[in-house]
Amino acid sequence: MNFLTALGDGLVIARRNLIKLKRVPDVLVFVLLSPIMFVLLFAYVFGSAIDIPGGSYREFLMGGIFGQTVIFGATFTGAGLAEDMQKGIIDRFRSLPMSRAAVVLGRTASDVIYNVITLTVMAITGLIVGWRIRGSLLDALAAFLLLLLFAYSVSWVMALLGLSVPSPEVLNNASFIVIFPLTFIANTFVPAESLPTVLRVFAEWNPISSLVQAVRELFGNIPPGAPEPASWPLQNPVIYTVLCACLIIAIFAPLAVRRYVRVAKKS
Amino acid sequence: MKDIIQATGLVKRYGEVVALDGLDLSVREGTIVALLGPNGAGKTTAVSVLTTLIEPDEGSATVAGVDVLKDPAEVRKLIGLSGQYAAVDKDLTGYENLDMIGCLYHLGRKRARSRARELLDRFDLADAADRPVKTYSGGMRRRLDLAGALVAESPVLFLDEPTTGLDLISRRELWRLIRTLVDQGTTLLLTTQYLEEADRLADDVLVIDKGKAIAHGTVDELKDMVGGERIEIKVADREDLPAAHEVLGRVAVGELQGDERSRTVVAPVTGGARELAGVLQLFESNEVPVSEVVLRRPTLDDVFLALTGASAESREQTSEPAKPGRRGRGSR
Repeated sequence: MNFLTALGDGLVIARRNLIKLKRVPDVLVFVLLSPIMFVLLFAYVFGSAIDIPGGSYREFLMGGIFGQTVIFGATFTGAGLAEDMQKGIIDRFRSLPMSRAAVVLGRTASDVIYNVITLTVMAITGLIVGWRIRGSLLDALAAFLLLLLFAYSVSWVMALLGLSVPSPEVLNNASFIVIFPLTFIANTFVPAESLPTVLRVFAEWNPISSLVQAVRELFGNIPPGAPEPASWPLQNPVIYTVLCACLIIAIFAPLAVRRYVRVAKKS
Repeated sequence: MKDIIQATGLVKRYGEVVALDGLDLSVREGTIVALLGPNGAGKTTAVSVLTTLIEPDEGSATVAGVDVLKDPAEVRKLIGLSGQYAAVDKDLTGYENLDMIGCLYHLGRKRARSRARELLDRFDLADAADRPVKTYSGGMRRRLDLAGALVAESPVLFLDEPTTGLDLISRRELWRLIRTLVDQGTTLLLTTQYLEEADRLADDVLVIDKGKAIAHGTVDELKDMVGGERIEIKVADREDLPAAHEVLGRVAVGELQGDERSRTVVAPVTGGARELAGVLQLFESNEVPVSEVVLRRPTLDDVFLALTGASAESREQTSEPAKPGRRGRGSR
């Protein structure tokens, strides 16, 4: 009963967030433009500069851009929550007999919709600049689902961060400190094998690497003749990514909800 | 009649600031009780404790028999709250706000929708129902916020300074709406710093100051506590003020209150109309010209003055130490 209430109330909040997304179009513009910008920037700036024998660097890049963009998108979750906590509506929520988890649950849920929009725009832009899905449609669908699942798990990390900072502005800076190294010390833009040892080990076990690897495999974007990855996570990228996502949710979801209750109480 | 709200010995400290200092209160079912006091008296803190928003450091409270500390979730099902700052989402329309609140009270989709329309009609917001709240005037937002508190037809309502910052017309309108609520048997605890508001709305008034109840009773009982009537004389010329003080001093049963700017002197008396005639004769024979004269019952301001030695109205202007409030309040 408790779980169902939380789910129902979470949906009510998610609906509210989506209405707000529709009403405040500047957010939507950002949601739509940033993936286009990412794809064009990387495809033309890096994609033209680097040659991969037997393959296309632009195709290799797309998986990395997909991964990086959905993870950047997770900052929305944190920023949205940080902003909500400053609003009078939170006082209303606290006096209602709704689930204490609903506000955070609703926010992470509505951000899945943001990510669906982002991925769609990004995929279309990618197709225009020459990226192709070379695997089966089912595999491609699995790739998109995997991206959504992992982004959802990062949303919970950002939710905790968003509830721990004093204002949405601080969140942007704080989240970049986490996101930048995570997305760059990975195989997003360069093969993990080319990194120096310490960074290479980090990159190999970085779940963002396995996410990107999985997506590349599922889209059929691994260049022929590319060396077989040496580490277990990159040899079994789908399983490793799903495991990591579940682990992150299991750790951060309870922390974020507890944090919400604590922040909301302090008045 | 039984007490539907009950609180004993509530204490809440914010560092050095003591917001509640052993507050006791009880509200009988189906009545309107006003918590009256100046800014910083602890009114909002008291409401926040009773509505489970904050936990007191000491003391206990029940709402409709449910313990606020032990079972806050149950209490939330029984209450409606409308706060000092309109707690509505400004990007949503009026209808969407009420519909959302209905859903979160678990009324069910259908009931939440019909209830939202019903309340928008009743609060004269039907025309603005499908406009985002950010286009509303201050009075409209307050009405919407009040409607939000009524969505679930909760048996106990808390209104925290429902009319603070509103113009006179919006305030009167809100008073009218609030009065109609309690005709339906709802219990209402409201806080106010406006004496007139307590006078207009409340069956019982609890005067609080510095986190403690300092007087309790009906408006009439409080006025009787101070006793008698007031004669208020306005002299034609400022230079006549000392003479007016002297004359009124002869009949007053307590301390005189004078205000130089409005050229008035107020004297507590006990003799009613007969005494007034005598006073006017005294002014006549002393050749002090009078421009206005009023015989009245004490106002709640007189009551507050007598109880605390300071005028509630004048203390509104003194700044209180800032409470460590919610983040970002200042930005609104």
